Amino acid sequence: MSEQIDEGLRSELQRQGIWVTSMQDLYNWGRRSSIWPLQFGLACCAIEMIATAASRYDLARFGGEIFRPSPRQADLMIVAGTVTKKMAPQIVRLYNQMPDPKYVISMGACAISGGPFKEGYNVLKGIDRYIPVDVYIPGCPPRPEALLHAFMELQRKIDEQKLTGADRAEHLNAAQPSEFPVPAFGAHDLEPPANPDVFEPPKIDRT
Amino acid sequence: MTPDPYFFIIIFVGVALVFPLLPLALAWLWRRFFQPPKPGAEKNATYECGVESIGDAQIQFRSQYYLYAIIFLIFDVEAIFLVPFAVAFTGLPVGAFIAILVFLLLLIEGLVWAWSKGCLNWSK
Repeated sequence: MSEQIDEGLRSELQRQGIWVTSMQDLYNWGRRSSIWPLQFGLACCAIEMIATAASRYDLARFGGEIFRPSPRQADLMIVAGTVTKKMAPQIVRLYNQMPDPKYVISMGACAISGGPFKEGYNVLKGIDRYIPVDVYIPGCPPRPEALLHAFMELQRKIDEQKLTGADRAEHLNAAQPSEFPVPAFGAHDLEPPANPDVFEPPKIDRT
Repeated sequence: MTPDPYFFIIIFVGVALVFPLLPLALAWLWRRFFQPPKPGAEKNATYECGVESIGDAQIQFRSQYYLYAIIFLIFDVEAIFLVPFAVAFTGLPVGAFIAILVFLLLLIEGLVWAWSKGCLNWSK
């Protein structure tokens, strides 16, 4: 809710049947009520994602049931499952091809950090090494309720985004990049192993 | 005074124009005043399921296959003729049997001719 309108006056007007809103609230209401995810699944988390979209858990209640087969029409990328190093460049490229504003949910232990395959040679240790992630869901795999919770968290985040000012939403900031470098296959690993602009390795405090 | 019966069509056309154009105009205004454009080489690239697209989309397929296609079509028609022939086989007079045999032999001769001409070899 915006700060310009006095809350008492707003509720007084609402009692008379007059709804007052701001451009920002209207814009964010529209955006958070129609988050269209990109349709792709990577591993077992995708099965939970499918269950979330199906009738029992019914993602449609939150306006997110329209899984788009093309990144041009998608607002949200649900990285559902193990990101192998073979798959990582494709995911970054798909993210780059999504129009702004775009959001990422990192679903499951594998997408967050590599999960049970963290010590493996072929699994990326978290998709946040290459693209900015908005919501992380732990779990192996997370329950559909957890994905719904992440969806609601994302809606809350969208609700709080500003249209103007210095702290406006990232996609409205011309300096904020919309594309991130796609990693390439090197001799032993992906090059670069992480994008330093978005990823900071966790600092281990040895005391 | 009753309005002209075509007047409603004019209203309909007006609504049909405004209904799609108004959201498009609003989206254009939104982009003009709020949303900074962020085009890029990756973003504007051809969508190929995340894989980098290779080559040109405007390619031509070579047409050596058309001879196979024509011969297949002829024998497809023959099969359609053979089905009613097989169903009515026991009740057919001798003349009809000879007629269908001539038909079959003609097509087989055509196949032998096409084979000997080299139509069944893949032309490089």
